[in-house]
Amino acid sequence: MSIVTVQLGQCGNQVGHEVFSALCRDIRGTHGLCSKKENESYQDSCKERFFCEEESAVPVARAVLVDMEPKVISQTLSMAARSGHWKYNSHSHFCQKQGSGNNWANGFSVHGPRHKEAIMNLVQREAEKCDRLGGFFTIMSMAGGTGSGLGAFVTQCLRDAFPTSFLLNHVIWPYGTGEVIVQNYNSVLTLSHLYHSADALLVHENDVIHKICAQLMNIKQISFRDVNQVIAHQLGSVLQPTHTAGGGPGYSRNPLGDLLEALVPHPEFRMLGLRNIPQMPENSLAYSSFSWPGLIKHLRQMLIANAQMEEGIDWQVRPPQPGSCMAPTNKPLHFNTSIANLVILRGKDVHGVDLGSFQDPSLYTSWLNPQDAFTAWKTPRAFNKYEKSAALVSNSQFLLKPLDSIVGKAWNMFASKAYLHQYTKFGIQEEEFLDCFTTLEQVISSYTNL
Amino acid sequence: MTQSVVVQVGQCGNQVGCRFWDLALREHAAVNKKGIYDEALSSFFRNIDTRSGDNGPDIYKGKICSLKARALLIDMEEGVVNEILQGPLRDVFDSKQLITDVSGSGNNWAVGHKIYGCQYRESIVEKLRKTAEHCDCLQCFFVIHSMGGGTGSGLGTFVLNLLEEEFPEVYRFVTSVYPSGEDDVITSPYNSVLAMKELNEHADCVLPVENESLFEIVNKIHQMINSGKLGSTVKPNSLVTSSAGSAKTLQEKPFDAMNNIVANLLLNLTSSARFEGSLNMDLNEISMNLVPFPRLHYLVSSLTPLYTLADVNVPSRRLDQMFSDAFSRDHQLIQADPKHSLYLACALLVRGNVQVSDLRRNIERLKPSLHFVSWNQEGWKTGLCSVPPVGHSHSLLALANNTCVKPTFIELKDRFMKLYKKKAHLHHYLQIDGMDQSCFSEAISSLSDLIEEYNELDATKGGPRIDPSRLKIAV
Repeated sequence: MSIVTVQLGQCGNQVGHEVFSALCRDIRGTHGLCSKKENESYQDSCKERFFCEEESAVPVARAVLVDMEPKVISQTLSMAARSGHWKYNSHSHFCQKQGSGNNWANGFSVHGPRHKEAIMNLVQREAEKCDRLGGFFTIMSMAGGTGSGLGAFVTQCLRDAFPTSFLLNHVIWPYGTGEVIVQNYNSVLTLSHLYHSADALLVHENDVIHKICAQLMNIKQISFRDVNQVIAHQLGSVLQPTHTAGGGPGYSRNPLGDLLEALVPHPEFRMLGLRNIPQMPENSLAYSSFSWPGLIKHLRQMLIANAQMEEGIDWQVRPPQPGSCMAPTNKPLHFNTSIANLVILRGKDVHGVDLGSFQDPSLYTSWLNPQDAFTAWKTPRAFNKYEKSAALVSNSQFLLKPLDSIVGKAWNMFASKAYLHQYTKFGIQEEEFLDCFTTLEQVISSYTNL
Repeated sequence: MTQSVVVQVGQCGNQVGCRFWDLALREHAAVNKKGIYDEALSSFFRNIDTRSGDNGPDIYKGKICSLKARALLIDMEEGVVNEILQGPLRDVFDSKQLITDVSGSGNNWAVGHKIYGCQYRESIVEKLRKTAEHCDCLQCFFVIHSMGGGTGSGLGTFVLNLLEEEFPEVYRFVTSVYPSGEDDVITSPYNSVLAMKELNEHADCVLPVENESLFEIVNKIHQMINSGKLGSTVKPNSLVTSSAGSAKTLQEKPFDAMNNIVANLLLNLTSSARFEGSLNMDLNEISMNLVPFPRLHYLVSSLTPLYTLADVNVPSRRLDQMFSDAFSRDHQLIQADPKHSLYLACALLVRGNVQVSDLRRNIERLKPSLHFVSWNQEGWKTGLCSVPPVGHSHSLLALANNTCVKPTFIELKDRFMKLYKKKAHLHHYLQIDGMDQSCFSEAISSLSDLIEEYNELDATKGGPRIDPSRLKIAV
C-alpha cells in the first residue's frame, strides 16, 4: 500500500525533504546485514510505499508540497533533484506569493478556502497514482501560519474527501523559548482542530531533538538541517517496512492502519510520542556495539521515566506495585502511564528478542487489556547503518507536560487579549479560541487521569 | 515573492531614500553575480527593456537590462530631488515617479498635509496605482520621512492616509526621523505631534529614528578607525555608515553616513523576505508578531555589527558579542533604555552563517537580564537568512516593542505643551484652510492616550506574577 505525504509550510517541506532523503539513502545503502532476498523485499516495499517509478530514471516521491510563498518549495525541489537519487514530481506542488505571516487565521480562513480546490486536485492526482492507497501522512509545524493554519484546514479537507483513509499528522512543536511570538496561539488552534480530523498526531519537539543533536550527536553548531535530519531518521525508523506480528512472511501492507490500530484504541487519546535508540554520530557507529537486552532495558526505562533521550535516564522511577489500589493520584511521581505502545526493532538477530518487560500490566492504564496494549514489529534488515535499532511509538503521558505548558502560556496571553486583533481580522473570534482551549483542557484532563 | 514600494517624502525622506537605493543596488550586485533578474531583485526593482526608450515594457525574467526602483519621490522643493536626478542614481528612477513643487512647506505640517495634500492628491494616487500595477504581488509600502518639518511630516502623513484608503490590504511600514531636543526648527514639536496622530491611526509599524543616535554611532566608528589599534584595520565596505562600493563615489555629504545607517536598517529588515534562509521572516510576520495591540506599533531597532575587522575569522565568542551588542544602547537608532523598561515583544533577524543553536544559546543568555511582560515571557520572534550583508559574514537586526519609547513621547508632548500653552506660532497653522484648534487638541489627546497605554503596561512590571486560572473541565 502506498502513502501520500503532504508537506505543509516551511518546516513541513524542509522536514519532508529530509525524510525522503533518509528513506532513499537507507534503501540504496548496504545490504542491511540481512539476506539478499530480505533486502530486496524491503527495498520493493519501501519503494511501493513512498515512491513512484514513473518513466524517469530516479524514483519520484509520492508527495504534494504546499506553501504560501515560493522560496522554500523551490529550494526543496532543486535540492532533491540535485541529489541524483530521487526527486519530486515537478507538478506536485502548490505555492503562492505572500506567505501566511505566522497567522493561523490567515492560513485557515483565507488561504484554505481560497486554494482548497487546487491543493486537493494535486492530492487526488497523487492518490490515483497509487495501486492501493494506504493513507495520508502530513508534515507541519504548529507555530507558524501556513503549516499550522492551512495544515489544519487541509487535514479537514482530507478527512472529508477520503473518509475511510488513514490520516496521520506529523506535528513539530516549537522551541519553548520562542521561535514565533504567537506560537502558543497557533499551537492551540492547530492541535484542537487536528484532534477532530486526524486519526493521530505524531509529535516531535524541537527542544528534544536539539538536545539529541547537542549531547548524542555531538554537533557543535546545530542548524535546522541537523535537527531535521534527526527527525527524519526517527520517522524513517517507524515508516520503513517491517513484519507485523503474525502478519505472515511478507512485509506489512498496511503500515498506517496497523499503527493506528495498535496505538489509538480510544478517540480521546491521539497524541503519539516517538523515541529511537541508539542515536549517535555516523563515524562512531563502527566503534559501538549493542545488545538487544540492553537496548530494550533502556527503551523501557525511557518510557517509564519519560526520558527524552538515552542520556540522563532516571533509573529511580519504577512502575507502581501490582495489586495495590491505584487511583491516579496515588501513582508514583514522574511515572509515565501508557495507553498503548508500539516497539519496532530493526537489525541483527531480531527474532529472538524478549519483549516481555513491555507487556507488564503495571505500565498501562487499567481499562485496557495489556495484551492489546502492546505491539511489536520486527525486521532483520538493519536501518540507516545502525546494526541494531529500536524505536518506540507511545500513546502515553509523554506529551502531557509540554501540552499543558503550551496551553498555559496561550491562556495567559489570551487573558490579556494580546494579539487577538490579528486573528479577528481574519475571522477567528474569541469564541473560537475558547472552544479550542476547552478541547485541549479536556485532552489534558484525560491524559492526567490515566 | 512579493514586492515593496518605497515612498520617500521631504528632504530627509529623499536623502535617506537615496542612500537606501544605492546600498540596495550594491547588495544585489554582490549577491547576484550572473546579472540575471531574479525574484530577490524584483522585490524592489523593475527590469525595463530600454531599447524602446524609457517607457519600455517590463522584462520579468532573463538578464538585467535596466533596473528601475519601485519608488515614489515626493518633495515640495526641487533641490533634493533634482540632485538625485543629476547624480549617479538618475537612471534608477523613473521620471514619472516624481512629484515636486517649488516653494516648500515652510516647516509647517498644515501646509504639507492640508494644502499640498489636497493639491496633489490625484497625482499621488495615480502614480501609486501605476507603481502598484507593475507589481505582481504588492506586500508593503515603506514610507520614509522626518517628523519635524513640513513636507515629510505633513504631506508624508497625508500619503500614509491615502495608502490606507487606496490599498488597505498592503502593509504600511513607516521610518520616521524624530527631532531632537535641540532641533533648530522651532515648530518641530507641533509638526511631530500632529504627525504622530496619523502614525497612531494609519501605520502598521513605525520605526522611529533619532538623529542623536545616528550621530553617536557615526562618532563611535570614527573613533574606532582613528584609534589605530594595532592590527585591526576595518573593512571599508563593512561600515554600516559607508557608501563604499556603491554608486556614489566623491562628494560624501555630511548626512550620508547617518542616512546609510537607516538604509541598512531597511535592507536588513527586508533581507529574509528577499533571500532564502532556514527560518524565513517575512514582513507580514514582523507586523503579526511585534504588534500585540493595534496602536502599540512603535519598534526600537538596533543594528550590529557596525563594522567588521578585516583580518579575523569568527570564533563563537564574537558571534555572542554581536548578540550582546544588539541589546546595548550604542547600537540603537533611538535614545531609549529598553533594558530597564518592559519588553512586549522582540524580534531577532540574523543574517549570514549563524545557526539555530547560536540563536538559542544567546537568547538563553540574554533573557535573564531583560524584563518581558507577564503574558509574553518567551516573546521572541526569530529569523535566519543565509545571505549576509555586504562586507560582513553575519549581522543581526533586533526589533523591540518596548515601553522605553514612552519617555521619547513624553518629551515630545512636553515640548509641544510648552509652545501650545503660549499659543506660540499657532496662527501659522490655524490660518490654513481645514485647520482649527480641534486638530491640535485631538492630536495631543491621541498622544496622551498612547502614553497612557504604555503606562498601564509599565505598571505591571515587577509586580507579582499572577497567572489567570485555567478552565476547569468536569471529569
